[in-house]
Amino acid sequence: MSLDDYSNDSEFHQRLIAEVLEAYPDKFKKRRQKHLGVATALDTAEADAAAGEDGGGTECAVKSNIKSIPGVMTIRGCAYAGSKGVVWGPVKDMVHISHGPVGCGQYSWSQRRNYYIGATGVDTFVTMQFTSDFQERDIVFGGDKKLERIIDEIDGLFPLAKGISIQSECPIGLIGDDIEAVSKKKTKDIGKTIVPVRCEGFRGVSQSLGHHIANDAIRDWVFDKKDIAFEAGQYDVNVIGDYNIGGDAWASRILLEEIGLRVVGNWSGDATLSEIEHAPKAKLNLIHCYRSMNYICRHMEEKYGVPWLEYNFFGPSQIEASLRKIAAFFDESIQAQAEAVIAKYTPLVDAVKAKFRPRLEGKTVMLYVGGLRPRHVINAYEDLGMRIVGTGYEFGHNDDYQRTGHYVKDGTLIYDDVTGYELERFIEGIRPDLVGSGIKEKYPVQKMGVPFRQMHSWDYSGPYHGYDGFAIFARDMDLAINNPVWALFKAPWLTAAAPTETAA
Amino acid sequence: MPQSADKILDHAPLFREPEYKEMLARKKAAFENMPPAEEVQKVADWTKSWEYREKNFARQDLSVNPAKACQPLGAVFAAAGFERTMSFVHGSQGCVAYYRSHLSRHFKEPCSAVSSSMTEDAAVFGGLNNMVDGLANTYALYSPKMIAVSTTCMAEVIGDDLQAFIETARLKGSVPQDFHVPYAHTPAFVGSHVTGYDNMIKGILEHFWKGQERVPNAAINIIPGFDGFAVGNNREIKRMMEMMGVTFTILSDVADQFDTPSDGEYRMYDGGTTLEAAAHALNARATLSMQDYCAQKTLDYCKAQGQDVAAFHYPMGVAGTDAFLMKVSELTGKAIPEALRLERGRLIDAMADSQSWLHGKSYAIYGDPDFVYGMARFILETGGEPKHCLATNGNKAWEEKMRALFATSAFGADCHAWGGKDLWHMRSLLATEKVDLLIGNSYGKYLERDTNTPLIRLMFPIFDRHHHHRFPVWGYQGGLRVLVTLLDKIFDTLDTDTIEPGVTDYSFDLTR
Repeated sequence: MSLDDYSNDSEFHQRLIAEVLEAYPDKFKKRRQKHLGVATALDTAEADAAAGEDGGGTECAVKSNIKSIPGVMTIRGCAYAGSKGVVWGPVKDMVHISHGPVGCGQYSWSQRRNYYIGATGVDTFVTMQFTSDFQERDIVFGGDKKLERIIDEIDGLFPLAKGISIQSECPIGLIGDDIEAVSKKKTKDIGKTIVPVRCEGFRGVSQSLGHHIANDAIRDWVFDKKDIAFEAGQYDVNVIGDYNIGGDAWASRILLEEIGLRVVGNWSGDATLSEIEHAPKAKLNLIHCYRSMNYICRHMEEKYGVPWLEYNFFGPSQIEASLRKIAAFFDESIQAQAEAVIAKYTPLVDAVKAKFRPRLEGKTVMLYVGGLRPRHVINAYEDLGMRIVGTGYEFGHNDDYQRTGHYVKDGTLIYDDVTGYELERFIEGIRPDLVGSGIKEKYPVQKMGVPFRQMHSWDYSGPYHGYDGFAIFARDMDLAINNPVWALFKAPWLTAAAPTETAA
Repeated sequence: MPQSADKILDHAPLFREPEYKEMLARKKAAFENMPPAEEVQKVADWTKSWEYREKNFARQDLSVNPAKACQPLGAVFAAAGFERTMSFVHGSQGCVAYYRSHLSRHFKEPCSAVSSSMTEDAAVFGGLNNMVDGLANTYALYSPKMIAVSTTCMAEVIGDDLQAFIETARLKGSVPQDFHVPYAHTPAFVGSHVTGYDNMIKGILEHFWKGQERVPNAAINIIPGFDGFAVGNNREIKRMMEMMGVTFTILSDVADQFDTPSDGEYRMYDGGTTLEAAAHALNARATLSMQDYCAQKTLDYCKAQGQDVAAFHYPMGVAGTDAFLMKVSELTGKAIPEALRLERGRLIDAMADSQSWLHGKSYAIYGDPDFVYGMARFILETGGEPKHCLATNGNKAWEEKMRALFATSAFGADCHAWGGKDLWHMRSLLATEKVDLLIGNSYGKYLERDTNTPLIRLMFPIFDRHHHHRFPVWGYQGGLRVLVTLLDKIFDTLDTDTIEPGVTDYSFDLTR
């Protein structure tokens, strides 16, 4: 953890919340109020108690995982985005059909930067858009027959595909198609894994239910379906919930291998179907994105007795702590290697800090992201001397906000399922030195003259995981904040001394 | 250890370092269970064969890498071109997140739209409450002058009635009685984004024109259509119309909305067709659509009001611009000024200067049907052959029109139009019948990689190159820009091809 302690202006943040709520019609003021809050410090006894139950130094008590209010410009996506876009889409040697009209697959095509190695279109298919392109007749008469034919066409044109997943779009559930029956039938016909996923976009309140449904589909349609010839070793682990954005999973894997572990499955960035199938044979599940994949870890624990452990590979203080935590699960040889790895990378970490910390010290950051990042990246910023003044989750649950208490300081502004209106007002009020959020937020924020980094796609950079990633992260935050463009916004003739147009 | 603070390697160089290459090789060997390299190569070669092409074109149901989006995207784009207008898309919320992201990634600009956030209960009971609450919230939070309602496929499948819902919302006080809430049903399972554009423009015009008496005047309306280059193109139209002294209204002008300045103020709304102008547009003498397929229903509606109508197919290049200007001149009685004739001459001059580099070059073109037509026409003017012309959202009538276009030029002799096909079909075309250049959008980069055909990005969406949309491709000035884009790619490709010292660089000519 960072040595620097700081707190945020709790009273000011409370005032900002009160101000934004004023804009809402009464009914919705009350509803939004529950999602906005300020982190409050726990006293020592409370903190100790909370530490035992995934809590931490502060309490972030906001309501979460509740339906978005209509008409407010929520930043959330849908269940399809959670399943196809997050969990299934990166599995590289399967074809993922966006089943329904053309749009969902089109807008999500190649947008998550799940890096992988393979001959795209031949043995791997991640950056392709397969869709049943529903037409009116499919809505009227149903799409099951069409789906059967599509599966045959995929099998004929893409013979090296190891399997097929069917990612349901909204109409599928509404018109009563039976994609499960189709899957069973066609699995027999073509002899390949076929996974129906009921991730229609109207299900649930955000991407989050899509993650859960996608996890359940792995449990129901992949596990225990074949005899898996795979010899497990004593140091075998799976990495769960690393989507290899910009190569994150690779920058993590290299460290796990260096401490002597064997990563037998990476879920689901750069994953193959085999990596998923043999995962239950591993000794430990290492979970990075808890939000999107805790479900399958819990299942593997119950059914196969594979324990799981949360870790955090953003920034050196968390990487160090995580490497020790992971190593502690194994024997002394792994523990010794973990120490050696930490020592090996210390000069790199020191050099990165020496270079960037003077340029970033004291800079304030507001985050609004999804998954694990609203808390997981906080220490990476603090390792560079930066301060987190506000954070929030697009689709977090109560357990995410509990865990956030570990990371945020007293007085930090907390916003759940923030609306466009709220986020803009908060940023205007706080004027942070940097905002980290998504593509929809990037340009409004930059127009205000506030530096911005996309923290879903790493703004086309990355990796940000691991020690190699930390150097890139530090470079990127510096280049965002310290670019000369931010000083050019005001036209020089608009200063007091210059004559104005009307005066001339 | 490859990483250092002095020279920080990000993904592009980092993973080429030996530590990572070895690690990835180990992963592949031990855990991935991928097919053997020889088998992969064999299948890869097969996918580029004539045999595969025939199998690929025999596909009936599967769509692979289609070049089209769905209706509501077009509706959101269309609505963005009106003064202080917020798009309200009735249905699931994830769709709206997608439209906003998609448009922002292309324009590198904010894109605002709201959703009625319907979930399972709305699927059962209908989305009336979502409409009532949603309109009230949008009105309160975002101070729009107009809220343009369209639909996702969820709302369409369950059959929500927009007109009735909006009226109910009005009665319940969600928005003032006289507040503008035009609407369009935009089912994603019918047509594509160009259909949604048409439906939304028509919805907005109907909203303002219904029950009004038309008092004809000399003005014309121009509907640009769904256009990734709208920022530059709309401004170019305005410039030309002003040069001609024509009184005109652009119906849906997104030029300022998708090109706001950075000066410290975030403008959620900027520019656009004023609501007053949209209402007065009923009185115009004529309405012109720059893209036929983006306004077919709208033009029918305009015609029914007594207006003259004319439609173009993304008028680019010499004859495209000529036809547009002559039509405007014919309808308004305003002469085409000498200054425009000189601009025309300068474009011809540039084409003549460079003709030897363009003559006989073969092209594949894909995109929206009007774009493909306009682009192919310009290519024919340069002496190029637009061999493979493909529009996923093009129909049989479009194919007919393309064939008629090919028939106008000797360079069109060996050219084919492919309506309803996708970019996986295009891959087969490029693999079996090679062309010199591919014209499309960012998705074409995968075709460039797989078939080694240099890609020119002139079609929405362009995600991986910046700011091209700020410059026009319409008008003679726009034609010049397109010409330079083609030439730059031709010269860069030739330079890359002749750059090897002592091997190919005898042709690495200083002057070309």
